[in-house]
Amino acid sequence: MQFWIIQTLNSLSLGGLLFLLAAGFSLIFGLMRIANLTHGSLFMIGAYVGVTILRLVPNLWLAALLGGLAVAIFGGLLERLLLRPLAGNALGQVLVTLGISFIVADFCLIVWGGDPIPLSAPSYLQKPLLVGGVAFPAYRLVVLAIAIVTAIGLHALMEWTRIGAMIRAGVDDMPMARAVGIPVSRLFTFVFCLGAALAGAGGVIAGPIMSAYPGLDADMLPLALIVVILGGVGSLLGAFVGSFIIAVIYTFGSVLLPDLAYVILFLPMIAVIAYRPRGLFGRQPS
Amino acid sequence: MKWLAWGALALLVAVFPLFGGDFYVNLASQIFIAALFAASLNLLVGYGGLVSLGHAAWIGLAAYTSAWLYLRLGLPHLANAPIALILTTLVAALFGWIALHASGLGFLMITLALAQVLWGTAYRWASVTNGDNGLSGLTRPAPFGMSLDKPAAFYYFTLAIAIVALWLMARFVASPFGAALRGTRDEPRRMAALGHNVWLVRWITFVYSGFWGAVAGLLYVYYHKYVHPTTLSLQSSAEALLGVIAGGAGTLAGPVVGAAIVLILKNYVSAYFERWNMLLGLVFVLIVIFMPDGVVPGLRRAWVRLRAK
Repeated sequence: MQFWIIQTLNSLSLGGLLFLLAAGFSLIFGLMRIANLTHGSLFMIGAYVGVTILRLVPNLWLAALLGGLAVAIFGGLLERLLLRPLAGNALGQVLVTLGISFIVADFCLIVWGGDPIPLSAPSYLQKPLLVGGVAFPAYRLVVLAIAIVTAIGLHALMEWTRIGAMIRAGVDDMPMARAVGIPVSRLFTFVFCLGAALAGAGGVIAGPIMSAYPGLDADMLPLALIVVILGGVGSLLGAFVGSFIIAVIYTFGSVLLPDLAYVILFLPMIAVIAYRPRGLFGRQPS
Repeated sequence: MKWLAWGALALLVAVFPLFGGDFYVNLASQIFIAALFAASLNLLVGYGGLVSLGHAAWIGLAAYTSAWLYLRLGLPHLANAPIALILTTLVAALFGWIALHASGLGFLMITLALAQVLWGTAYRWASVTNGDNGLSGLTRPAPFGMSLDKPAAFYYFTLAIAIVALWLMARFVASPFGAALRGTRDEPRRMAALGHNVWLVRWITFVYSGFWGAVAGLLYVYYHKYVHPTTLSLQSSAEALLGVIAGGAGTLAGPVVGAAIVLILKNYVSAYFERWNMLLGLVFVLIVIFMPDGVVPGLRRAWVRLRAK
């Protein structure tokens, strides 16, 4: 019983982290048609920046905020300086993000070295929470809560604010959005920074569970891609549901069939592509 | 003039092992393998307009299959090579079926994700792949009893296979099917309206491209006598794609030139400078920004301009 509860909780917290990563990827792709292959790197930079901040100030939440901010600035520069000049050249943009991801991986290796660096959870969350004789790892519950609050916040942003309405207009019909005077250019930078911030903060928050290590980017990027393929690009709900499905499959796969955990990831992809190629919540392309 | 230059190049390639020295002969063999691999990717990228970031799957899968059959089942090369090729091609048929539900960026993302799943599996499934240690203790085949252990022998073996492969790929591209493929790249909707099955054209190309990727994988494992999960990594796919794009996608010579540039760069740089990944990334960014259509079309344009003067 304890086993199932713990593993379920593990998959829920992984799902929350995947959502922080995939939501930004999905929004960026949906609005800007950029497959941002640096997204795993942004997550990794976040984790490493978190390491450095925690050495100075031992407060994980502050580190997550600052890490998110630092990565948002990096993302904004990337968008303005490298991706913007290639507007309209989707292939060029994706190759540039790929090139940047290699540079970032090597840069992090130079600065932070090759050994995994764990980030410690706040001390008051390190003790397990006892409910009815079952121990819950408190930090993972908090991670899940953060992801849910973020999801609600993003939903509110998209559905109830002016900027959200502009983003939705851009996703649905870019030329028309431009024609009615929506400042698409600023919107692009905003969404890219937002996606980068989520990934960066997600990297810090993931620190106590996954640690910061070289290759974190290459581990996370495919999971985010599979989430987005499964959930449907540009859909927040898709990213949310997809994240938890993939997290459950991956976590239980890793425990029950450790050798083949990755192979099991094929199954949701094959299923969704066979029955619903645009993803669970993807919209019909107009 | 042009034929003279080609003749001189052919002669140079033919006699190179006589004076090249082991290091350069080995480097040349690796270039042939990389060129064959990049050319197979170019069928998709250049002629099909389908940019795959998962091509490492074929080199890795064929290499692992051949290595595993040899080590665990003791199958001789003559028996395990066809099995590796068939298995890899079948997986290419499956991956192609999945990935070709999309085109453009969706195709790129799906191929990337699929290949990364294989990469992760190569690390995790240690009972089969020996994990991070890789599979070692392999040998090179000895076709008709000729040992390929000497650099020169392996050079000619690889050269022969690369020439046959490139010739067959050139035939493929020049055939009516190749014309249909280019049609689906430029005008998929018109091709569909003309009665071509766009999906099928792409899928056949994907499988064919995977087959030649598998051939490159066999040569790769024969050369190194070792296979490691990095063979399947995104970096491996990216190097091949960089070769295609740097040389010039959609030209026959482009990927060969591009793959040679990437490999020479990699070999020289890793001798002096540890940061190959960083350089690979930089070259990617610079090529995309400054030379988006590659070296071969760039040089060809310069040549045409020169003759016009």
